[in-house]
Amino acid sequence: MSTELPLIGDYSTPSTELSGARIGVVTFPGTLDDRDAARAVRAAGAEAVSLWHADTDLQDVDAVVIPGGFSYGDYLRAGAISRFAPMMSKIADAANSDAKLPVLGICNGFQILTESHLLPGSMIKNDHLKFICRDQLLRVENNQTAWTNGFDAGQEITIVLKNQDGQYVADEKTLDELEAENRIAFSYVGWNPNGSRRSIAGVSNKAGNVVGLMPHPEHAIEVGFGPDARGTDGLTFFTSVLSHLVGGKK
Amino acid sequence: MSQEVTKEFNIDTVDNAASTPDVELPWAELGLKDNEFAEIVKILGRRPTAAELAMYSVMWSEHCSYKSTKNHLRQFGQKVTDEMKKDLMVGMGENAGVTDLGDGWAVTFKIESHNSPSYVEPYQGAATGIGGIVRDIISMGARPIAVMDPLRFGAIDHEDSQRVVHGVVSGIGGYGNSLGLPNIGGETVFDPIYQGNPLVNALAVGALRHEDLRLANASGVGNKVVLFGARTGGDGIGGASVLASESFDDTKPSKRPAVQVGDPFAEKVLIECCLELFKASLVEGIQDLGAAGISCATSELASNGEGGMQVELTDVLLRDSTLTPGEILMSESQERMMAVVTPENVEAFEAVMAKWNVEYSWLGEVTDTDRLIITWQGEVIVDVDPKTVAHDGPVYDRPYARPEWQDALQADNFKSSAAGQNLPATGDELKAAVLELMASPNMCDKSWITNQYDRYVGGNTALAAPDDSGVVRIDESTGLGVAIATDANGRYTYLDPYAGAQLALAESYRNVATSGAIPAAVSDCLNYGSPEDPDVMWQLAEGIRGLSDACMELGVPVTGGNVSLYNQTGDKAIHPTPVVATLGKFDDVARRTPSGWREEADGQAIYLIGTTKDELDGSEFANLRGHLGGVPPVVDLAAEKELGAILINASRDGMIDAAHDLSEGGLAAALSEMVLRFGVGARVALDEIKDRDGVDSFTALFSESQARAVVAVPRSEEVRFNDMTSARGVTVARLGIVDAQSGSLEVQGEFTVSVQELREANEGTMKKYFG
Repeated sequence: MSTELPLIGDYSTPSTELSGARIGVVTFPGTLDDRDAARAVRAAGAEAVSLWHADTDLQDVDAVVIPGGFSYGDYLRAGAISRFAPMMSKIADAANSDAKLPVLGICNGFQILTESHLLPGSMIKNDHLKFICRDQLLRVENNQTAWTNGFDAGQEITIVLKNQDGQYVADEKTLDELEAENRIAFSYVGWNPNGSRRSIAGVSNKAGNVVGLMPHPEHAIEVGFGPDARGTDGLTFFTSVLSHLVGGKK
Repeated sequence: MSQEVTKEFNIDTVDNAASTPDVELPWAELGLKDNEFAEIVKILGRRPTAAELAMYSVMWSEHCSYKSTKNHLRQFGQKVTDEMKKDLMVGMGENAGVTDLGDGWAVTFKIESHNSPSYVEPYQGAATGIGGIVRDIISMGARPIAVMDPLRFGAIDHEDSQRVVHGVVSGIGGYGNSLGLPNIGGETVFDPIYQGNPLVNALAVGALRHEDLRLANASGVGNKVVLFGARTGGDGIGGASVLASESFDDTKPSKRPAVQVGDPFAEKVLIECCLELFKASLVEGIQDLGAAGISCATSELASNGEGGMQVELTDVLLRDSTLTPGEILMSESQERMMAVVTPENVEAFEAVMAKWNVEYSWLGEVTDTDRLIITWQGEVIVDVDPKTVAHDGPVYDRPYARPEWQDALQADNFKSSAAGQNLPATGDELKAAVLELMASPNMCDKSWITNQYDRYVGGNTALAAPDDSGVVRIDESTGLGVAIATDANGRYTYLDPYAGAQLALAESYRNVATSGAIPAAVSDCLNYGSPEDPDVMWQLAEGIRGLSDACMELGVPVTGGNVSLYNQTGDKAIHPTPVVATLGKFDDVARRTPSGWREEADGQAIYLIGTTKDELDGSEFANLRGHLGGVPPVVDLAAEKELGAILINASRDGMIDAAHDLSEGGLAAALSEMVLRFGVGARVALDEIKDRDGVDSFTALFSESQARAVVAVPRSEEVRFNDMTSARGVTVARLGIVDAQSGSLEVQGEFTVSVQELREANEGTMKKYFG
């Protein structure tokens, strides 16, 4: 794995490109986990391509990660301003096109995807009203998406949870639909850390190419730099999309 | 009201000041003493203008000028050997010190206080404390990589602690989490002595390539001076409101908020924007705007550079158009930076601002006049030698003397006191004491606080609280990184100000070494009461003398820091609290040692390194019994150095899988915390310590003797470990083994406490008080 990562400035350095796949990582003003997402992409063997919110060129990427952070400070509503970024229109078009560009939204990225109506529901402040950072146990409910095909259905994984506005909400009809259509991608196991409806941690669109979740897979890809349990469950998100791209499991 | 607000001011120009020498100025209300005002008049050869008065008053304040401590702080620069300076790229006096890490990397770090604002307005005070220290790090050309927050609050059960604790913790989280900087540690202490004076210190660390180093100086005549970031508003002006004579407009509010309001999103954008400027080499000098705002930035940039600068103050972008020139000069609005840019780079600079949507305004240029000249619509309102503002402030030799009460205090030792009778002796009593200790406000689990901070962002955090130090990786290809720990014990320092400051250093040095890093540099935040009280001034003088002596002996230079004075309520000063941050170097953070053993360490041998003396005065146990008297544990820096070397070598050679230093709460706390770290039990016996050191079980468990650590040694490494320690002449005792099956901590012949019981005691306290 290429580990050269300039501390200052651009992180889209050439990778080993094991797969030849190019995965875009979008940076908005206030994005925080973009370097981390790029690292995860490279760790999976793909090339990380830096995408700037104000640009309109998707640079022929094969998939896109919208990383976490506090874009525009979350001062209005998390993700509410970022959804209007020129790059988001391009991403939405590509995700809804026949090509079905795989898109993963993590934390603030998930919030941006719901604000963009690429995913249903919304996130409000955690029920305990505090920011929470912890190692989080999740159950993979749907392993048929572009970003989860490397997991077993029902597999329990540990990745990092850290957010202020992580309480997933939607109306009952939408929640019933999500369940009926097997679109709940992940749920919290044990204590529900933010009061999310039906303990939902992440959902997908109908086609399974767009997945959003509050916890952070990119922080569980390297032993010793993630959860205390030292697992690398997060890496499977990124290897899943690579196998999806080469026509492996759906 | 007219839009041409500038016309409404009664602008006090330099010409006006020269021709109206007898105008009364509110210098006393601005905090200047009569001798200080007289000095300003002497320097200028006339009375100052209102704007000049504003500048001098803030720059000559205790906070900005260090006038009470300068003569003492010199020792940090004097007690240094060439060896200590070897890796020092930038020492004290700049925004933050810079230490060479090797491989072309350098690291910069600094700790500062934001005490008083955090008491007045806990959320914003703590938030802007983070903001300020992070901008200091950016100013050096570095990317900030982590923050830490040592906190001291009043009594946990005091009603006001609810306001302060909730506000401070959510302020640190709210601001720091939005910057994408992992919060990797700190400490939290509760003591009624801090009730009206909580200590909110903030540390930031940044990494840079050698060639990216930037300094705060304005060089190159003709270069442009630019202010960028947030607009200038009326926040943080404090005393400037007494300059009412500046304004004809009596409708404007006379009192302005004294505490600044933070905008973390603006700061995050500013960080990225500055790093892009550095990468493209677009700035010649840069300075963040913190205390004293534009006054500080212009005078420091000018006096550190070629000596002259001309600035037009009406070009400053304002949030509040009614601000007077004096208020603009003093405003402490956050998220602002000032830079010096060559004319050729102006266009490229503006392109970076446009990309990040950051507002900026060109204020003026560098001159060769040796004067800082500030105009208001072309009329000169400031004409000063910038050095007289920034560097030549008053210096005081404040009187100090050992307090009369010090002898009586030191004579009142714990074991002779009423509180020190009937100490726990039976197994049941010792077990109850351990549980009481681990549930106490100072020793209880602080994850209620640390779980409100993002410790993962950046993906380089190798250790964070509750481990002994925070460890972050800097270079992914080699694993190069740093460890940082902050420590202080106000009770020790109250009992003996000289030894207490040394003990603070000893503990942070030990913590860094415990995680496996080589201690390399120190930053300190000296929190004390009023320097005008000779008792306090003595504590301060002794603290600085003690710390500088100890730095010399341990071979770690002080690279910067901050002094916070007047932390007192009425006549009652806080305990002297010198918070010491030690930075250690890692060639590869992968070999860092965690503070507890995991299940796979089952059967590993547990050793105590160091000897145990009867040292309970000032201890956490004495504190539980409400006693504070006697003398703190003996400082033995040679032993600390030896212990450090053992812990570092053991980490490098893979001889230990876990290590935890002994400090507050002694062996009882260390063993409990190691068991609790990953929920894995242990079986130990105290007999060897008791026989060898001549102490009883209680003392073996609760004494706070220094230069000690507990380590877990794989069976295959025991011979090597014992060879190393005996070759170095260091005493070790084999306490027992890690027991992954037992689910308990068993102190043989005394008691067994289950991990569950320990956890409930340890985790319940913060939830009980703060929900």
